[in-house]
This record gives sequence, structure tokens and C-alpha cells, in this order.
Amino acid sequence: MIPGDSHQLLDQKSAPLGDFARLMRRVHIDGPLLGGLLLICALGLVVLYSAVGENMRLWFSQVARLSVAIVAMFLIAQLSPDFLRRWTPWAYLGGLLLLMLVLTTGEVGQGARRWLDLGIRFQPSEIMKLAVPMMAAWYLHDRQIPPRIGALLLIGVLIAVPTILIARQPDLGTALLIAASGIIVVVLAGLSIRLMFALAVLSVPGAMLLWTFMQDYQKQRVLTLLNPDSDPLGAGYNIIQSKIAIGSGGLFGKGWTNGSQAQLEFLPERDTDFIFAVMGEELGLLGVLALLGLYVFVIGRGLFIAVQARDTYSRLLAGSISLTFFVYVFVNTAMVTGLLPVVGIPLPLVSFGGTSMVTLMAGFGILMSIQSHRKLLPH
Amino acid sequence: MDLLSPIKDHHSERRLFFSRVIFTMIVAILMLGTVVARLVQLQVFNYEHFAARSQGNRVRIEAVPPIRGLVFDREGRLLAENLPAFQLELIPEQVADIDETLERLAALELINAEDIPRIKELSLSAPRFKPVTLNSRLSNKEIANFAVQRPRFPGVDFQPRLVRHYPYGKAVAHAVGYVSALSSDDLQILEASRYAGTSQAGKTGIENSYESVLHGDTGFRHIITNARGRQLPSDSLDLRDTLPADEQPSPGDNVYLSIDLDLQLLATEKLAGHRGAVVAIDPWNGEVLALVSTPSFDPNLFATGMTTAQFADMQEDLDRPLFNRAVRGTYPPGSTIKPMLALAALETGATNLTRKTLCRGYFVLPKTTHRYRDWKPEGHGEMDLHDALTQSCDVYFYDLSIKIGIDNIHEYLVRFGLGQPTGIDVKGERSGLVPSTEWKKGAFSNRSDQRWFLGETVIASIGQGYMLATPLQLASATATLATRGIRYRPRMVAAYENTLTGKRTMTVPERLADVGIDNDLHWDAVIGAMHDVMQSPRGTARAAGSDAAYQMAGKSGTAQVFSISQDEEYNEEEVPERLRDHALFLAFAPLDDPKIAVAVIVENGGSGSRVAAPIARAIIDQYLGYGSDSG
Repeated sequence: MIPGDSHQLLDQKSAPLGDFARLMRRVHIDGPLLGGLLLICALGLVVLYSAVGENMRLWFSQVARLSVAIVAMFLIAQLSPDFLRRWTPWAYLGGLLLLMLVLTTGEVGQGARRWLDLGIRFQPSEIMKLAVPMMAAWYLHDRQIPPRIGALLLIGVLIAVPTILIARQPDLGTALLIAASGIIVVVLAGLSIRLMFALAVLSVPGAMLLWTFMQDYQKQRVLTLLNPDSDPLGAGYNIIQSKIAIGSGGLFGKGWTNGSQAQLEFLPERDTDFIFAVMGEELGLLGVLALLGLYVFVIGRGLFIAVQARDTYSRLLAGSISLTFFVYVFVNTAMVTGLLPVVGIPLPLVSFGGTSMVTLMAGFGILMSIQSHRKLLPH
Repeated sequence: MDLLSPIKDHHSERRLFFSRVIFTMIVAILMLGTVVARLVQLQVFNYEHFAARSQGNRVRIEAVPPIRGLVFDREGRLLAENLPAFQLELIPEQVADIDETLERLAALELINAEDIPRIKELSLSAPRFKPVTLNSRLSNKEIANFAVQRPRFPGVDFQPRLVRHYPYGKAVAHAVGYVSALSSDDLQILEASRYAGTSQAGKTGIENSYESVLHGDTGFRHIITNARGRQLPSDSLDLRDTLPADEQPSPGDNVYLSIDLDLQLLATEKLAGHRGAVVAIDPWNGEVLALVSTPSFDPNLFATGMTTAQFADMQEDLDRPLFNRAVRGTYPPGSTIKPMLALAALETGATNLTRKTLCRGYFVLPKTTHRYRDWKPEGHGEMDLHDALTQSCDVYFYDLSIKIGIDNIHEYLVRFGLGQPTGIDVKGERSGLVPSTEWKKGAFSNRSDQRWFLGETVIASIGQGYMLATPLQLASATATLATRGIRYRPRMVAAYENTLTGKRTMTVPERLADVGIDNDLHWDAVIGAMHDVMQSPRGTARAAGSDAAYQMAGKSGTAQVFSISQDEEYNEEEVPERLRDHALFLAFAPLDDPKIAVAVIVENGGSGSRVAAPIARAIIDQYLGYGSDSG
């Protein structure tokens, strides 16, 4: 028996539901969200086919990974928000434990310690991508909204600890994203605009402090963003080639699988972090805007679910998941178009690879759970 | 707002949340707006710029080197050609263990063990798909050897390429010159774009001075490459259609030298074992018939590449095989200038055809005691101009030179082309030196050195002292004697041939200013005396000329390399080889219709008439059809 399966379909005024909608409700699927996600995945697979150089083996492995992620989404959707809420502290604590474990015994790859092998290889930071906003929402769900200073400080610690642990791996990109997901919860919970402004002002010395903590390669990325042509064959190469790819795509693109920048390997990491540039080159501005439109639709649907949610925990969590997804999209596209420094953030659901896709889909599973487990009465 | 109440106000909380969602959505829309604006900027406003840069990225223009023109002798015999040769190459990305592979190749003696570190460095620095040359010239034996072992060396193979080849090697090395690897210095001079695909350029001789003719025009083709420069199939991405057309290279012109290979080979053979030079010229057009400098070197070593040790050997060789003595060697001309001096004397009225001078074996300037010796210690006795030339009486000319004066000597020798570059179509020619009072003022900074001494005129009269001339200048002056004052600029190339159309263009002889001696009697006297040098009982070179089947004229010269003191006798046997006199000889024939003029110099060869004259004779025999081969 799935915990929290005592849902009642009594919300609206018994609006007549079609058979299909009823079925979707029963299996805890949100049709519009699923539709949007599947369209993104489909478009992503089309682009990926070209980006991996028409390598069918790689392409199918991505299809398989997407399938696993979608299954994970369905499974998570079956869990009720109440169940999730109850287990949130344990998920968070477990995640912290694994993070500490990874720092001591994790596998080292490319100069960083990110992977843990407990039967299956995974990055514990992926758990924290969901556990941190869940924890922030959990902490606030029965407290006064907007939160007081004391509560804010405690949430700050709850966010800061995993962020620092992940930054030490080092994986600055993921650390910042996880911090963002927690901060979004606080913002949605009504953090005063004045305080936000104050924090924004404080972030200037904070950024300077961050600079001193950054590794040389990270500093280089920032410097390269400011002036990519200073080192056109070194650190600036990625940004220059990416801009050439996108710019040369024009309005309609060079045609699918015909992008010379991508196909002739001028574009680095064309199937992962820079896949957006492949799309810009081959499908042009129109193709890219279509993808961005789908993203906007999915994010909008997520925020709609958040607004409709009946309890604080669900609201905050749904809002955070949706907006964090937006942050992913923004950071990747801004990086690829040369607006932000090169941080290793893949384009969600489109870039080739791994664990982050399962986490993303699990997040959408939570959204579906929240949407489909709405009760008549607020908690 | 009720801050103290622990009870949640769900309604206001939802309102607050909704307003926050709206707020974050606005922020998100603004952020996404910047990305969209950026995309529009890149893809719409800067489209042209990036489209051009992306085109530049993937299409590389590759130069296609032209085929170098061939070099022939005047009879159409090949002197320089392009032969396919095989070089051993290694493609790093196809070799599992480069160290081990190189060691095994060294064990088979296909590469030098000393080259291994250099090859390793090359293979690491270049793109991994780019072949690294292991051995630039495989012998047939090495090819056979490797062919058997080939399966054991994946990633190693031999590749054909065109290599300049000189079939007659040493015999024509100084005339034709050689090509070798293009250096960065060459590219300073040569037009870099024309040499984009070329790996070698002419360094000396004809190969160098006719570089622009022989080289041809580089073609180019567009190739599509990926980011690492690897060439992709031309049909990839349907990009072919959008590229501009390729351009075929046009081969260099073939060059026909005026050199006669038979003469060249004969002169080389005759000079074998000596340091020396032979230059033969057709007097009536300046065509160089032979240009030999010995010892020589194998130009093929430069074309195919040689080891550092081989090059060092050549450079350090005391006999200087790389030095082109024919155009760059400057020698005291010795008595070979006497015919020209005689003409100068007759023209300036310093003497006439009958005036006699007594030769007692030495000459003393008035009011001095220094004795200028004759080569014949006991003296020649009473000498007129004819006898003095025939027997090469030094004292006669010592005396005469004082009467002519150094500046008149200078004037006439310069008219014969001495003391200045001949302007031959080969680079690096030296100008030699004909001294004058004017020259001495400019040549020395010390005031007391700037004064001209009469004694210097005396030794200048026998082509010693400051006077220097190249074998080429002497040959050219001999040709001028043969033509009685008509001068042509010496040149090596007789014709070009466009290899595509087959059209041949003859070069036009360049006539220079005449010597300006119009009195035929003077010419008759001097040329007659030169004839008697060869073919009269008292001539210095009668041994070399008396049995000739035709009439010829000549003049010997024996140039001192070092001075002996007043009382010493010069004894050839006792003087170290390199301090012995240089042997020189000038000759032309036939007397009444000159067809060839020759200058021969044998360094430290001793007597001009004994050592150099027979070489000149043999060359003239050959050219006029009386050679040993031609009966």
C-alpha cells in the first residue's frame, strides 16, 4: 500500500472529469506537465542525435536513461506530499551523511571527489538537489510565514552546510544551484523585499570572499567570460566557438545534423554542456525559441501547481522545484551564449548524461504528486 | 500584521505566496528575456559576422605545390629532374607504443638511433593524425627490408614524394646549384603565399637565380577540416558545392642551360684531385659552355637531406667543396693579364710594335735598389712586345707598366671587364679588384697607406699585388680578346620552355660596351703573340698547343701565393703544397674564327703553362670536335 493513498478527488465543485483525466488523476499524473516534459525530451533527443554525431549507441543510451528518469517520476508521483514531508528530515540527514562520506571515501575523477559507489555509483549531491528545498519547506511548513530572523538564520544553516560540503568536492556549480533552490523557498515564503535587497548588496563583498575561495580554473572561467578573446585557443575557446555556432545558425539554422561547428568538433562538449549551441546552430533562433517556449510552459505549469497547492510545504516545494528548473535553464543558456561564466551545468532534459536527469524527473514527480494528491481541506 | 500569533493565517499566507510567485515570475521573465535578447543579437544582428567565422573555421585552403621545372644542358640532356622517392612515416595515433616501435626500427637500421629523441618530440608536438617523417630517403634495400617487416609496424609506412635529383651530381653541382629545405630566411625573400605548399627552394646556382622561373605557381584547394585540422571527406556536409573553385598549380618552366655537359664532365675529370676552376664561354654571345669548380659536392645530399655530420664534413673540409671557385674565387691573375696590358700600352703609346727592352732577369726602379725578378733568372735578353708576350717576359712588362701608369692599366683592364661583376645570371659573384690610385685612396684609412707606390705598379703588371680576378672574369676577358673587343655578358641560361604549351623562349645575348680599341694592327700583334704562346717554338705553352689540329691563342699565368724574400730561390718541391703558385691559363680557338674562350685555374698547381694549359687544350679539343671521344 502506498502511504498517503487516502486521497479524495473532491476538490473543485465536482467538475466533470473526462475518463482520460480521471485515469491520469488515478495514476497521479499531471497531463499538461507530462506533455510539456515529453515534448522537451523529444526535441532534446532529436538535437542529441545530431550532437553525438549520429552515434546510435550513445543515442539509445540516452533514451534508456530518459526512460529510467520517467519511470522514477511516475514512482515518486505515487508518494503523497504528506509522506514526503514526513520523510524529509531523514532524507536531508541521510544526504548530509553521504556528502560527508563522499568527501572522505568518494571516488576521485577529474580532480574532484563527487562520486560514491554503494552498489550503484551516484553523486550524493543529486539527493541534496531535492533534499535541501524539501528541508527548507519542511522547516517552514508549520511556522509563521513570512519567517522571522531566527528561522531565517536556521534555514540559512540548513542550506549552507550541504552547499559548503558540495563546494568542497569541489563542485561549485551544483553547490550554487542547491543554495539557490533553498533560497528560492525562503523567497517564496515571503522573505521581505528589503532584506533581499540588503542581501543583494551584501553579496558584493560575499562574491569577493567567494573569489578568494575559488580554484584557479574557476577564476579563469570568470575572467574568460569578461574577455574571451584574451585566450582564444585556451580558456576562451569554448565561449568563442559556442557564440560562432549560435550566431552562424541565424534565424532558421543550418539544418539538422548540418551544423559545421558541431559536426566538425569545433564546438567542445557539444553533446553535454554546450548542446544548446548545437541547437542554435542547426535549428536557428526559431528552434531555440521553441525549446525555450516549452521550458516556459513546464515552469509555468509547475508554478500553477504550486499556487494551487493546499499546504505550505507543497506550495514552497513545488515553487522551488519549478524555479530551480528555471535556474538550470537560465544558467546553461546564459553560459552557452556567453552571458555567464562557464559552469558545468547541463541543459536540463536535453544534455547527454546521467544522474541529474533522474533527479530532475523525480522533482517533476513531486510536482505531480502535489497536484494529484490535493485534498479538500488544507493541512 | 500579527507577528506574535503562532496561528497561521492560511488566507494571507496564500496571498503572500501568490504575490511572491508573481514576483519571481517577473524576475524569471526578465532573466529569460536577456537570454532571448542575446540570442537575437547573436543570430540576427551578428549573423553575418558569425557565419563568416564559422566558414573560416571549417574550410582550410591548402596549397598544392607546383612541379619544379627541369634543367637541361644545351643539347637537352637532363641536369636536374624530379624523381619519386620514398620516405618512412609514422602516424602517432596509429602506433600503440611509439618508444618500442622506434627502437625496433632502429634495430632494423631503418632509422638512426640518435634521431629517436627528435622523432619522439615531433610526434608529441604535432597533431596525432599527422605523419612524422622518420627517414626522408629510403634506399631500395631499405624499402625491400621494410616491406617484409611492414605487418609488424602498424602506423608506420613509406610514402612517395617528388625529390629533386641531379643525375650528374658533382660535375654540375656548382653550375646548376641545388635545392634544399625552405628556411625561414628564404621566406623573408620569397613571396610566402607562392611557397605555401613548397618545401624546398633553390639555394645556389641556377636553382637559386632562376627560382622564380623554375618554381611555377602554387595552386590551392579547399579542404574541409574538423577542429583538430583533420581533413574530412570532400563530400561531407554537402559543403563542397558552396566552396569557391580550386586552382590547379602550374608547373615551373624548364630551363635550358648553355652548358655543354660533355665539356663540363671533361673539365671535372681534368681538374680531379685539384682545387681549381674552369670557365668556358662562347665569345660571340656570352653563353657559358662550362662552369666547373673542384672539389665539388653531391647536390643530391641537399635535396634529400643529410645528417648534420655529413654537412659538417663538407663545411669543415679544408678544400672547401661547397665554395664555387668559378664565380666566387678571386685569384691574382698573374701573367694572364699581359695581353691586355700590351693592348693598353699600344693604345696609350707607351710602346710600339718594334721597341725593345733588355731583360737581364730583374728590374730595378730608378733611384732604388729593389730587384723585381723575372721568372727566368738569367733573363730573356732583348725583347719586343711580341717576344715578351710569347715568352712571358716579366721585366719587359715591369718597365712597360711604369710607362703606361697604373691608372691607364686600371682603365683598360676594367674595359675588359675585370674588377667588376660580370653580371652573369648566377648569384654570389665576386667583383675581384683592379687597383688604381683612386681606389687606394678609398681603400685605406691611414693616410700614408693611401699613396700609390711605383713598385705597386710594377707588380700589378704581372697580375700580382692587389689585383684579383675570378675565373669567370678571366674567361670573359679572354672572350673579349677573341672577339677583338666585342663584349657579351656571360650567361648560363640559353632558353626557357613553358611546360604546358611547350613554347620555348630563347634568351637574347646582351652586348656590352666594346673595349674601344679600333686599331687592328694592335689586335693582330697581341693575338698573334698569344697564338705563338701555344704554337711557336719559343711559346711558354708550346707543349700544350703545338700539336693541335687547329690554330689557337693562349696565355699562361703563374700567380704567387706568398712572397719569397730577395735572395731566395723559389723551389716548388720545398714549398708546402698550399703555398705553391696558382697555375692559370687563358685560351681561345680557332684563331681566325673563335668559338670558345676558356679560363683555367689550378690552385697551388705550380706553372700555368705546364698544369693549366693542357686542361684548356683538352676542353677546346673537345668542343671543336677534336676530343679523344670524337676522334
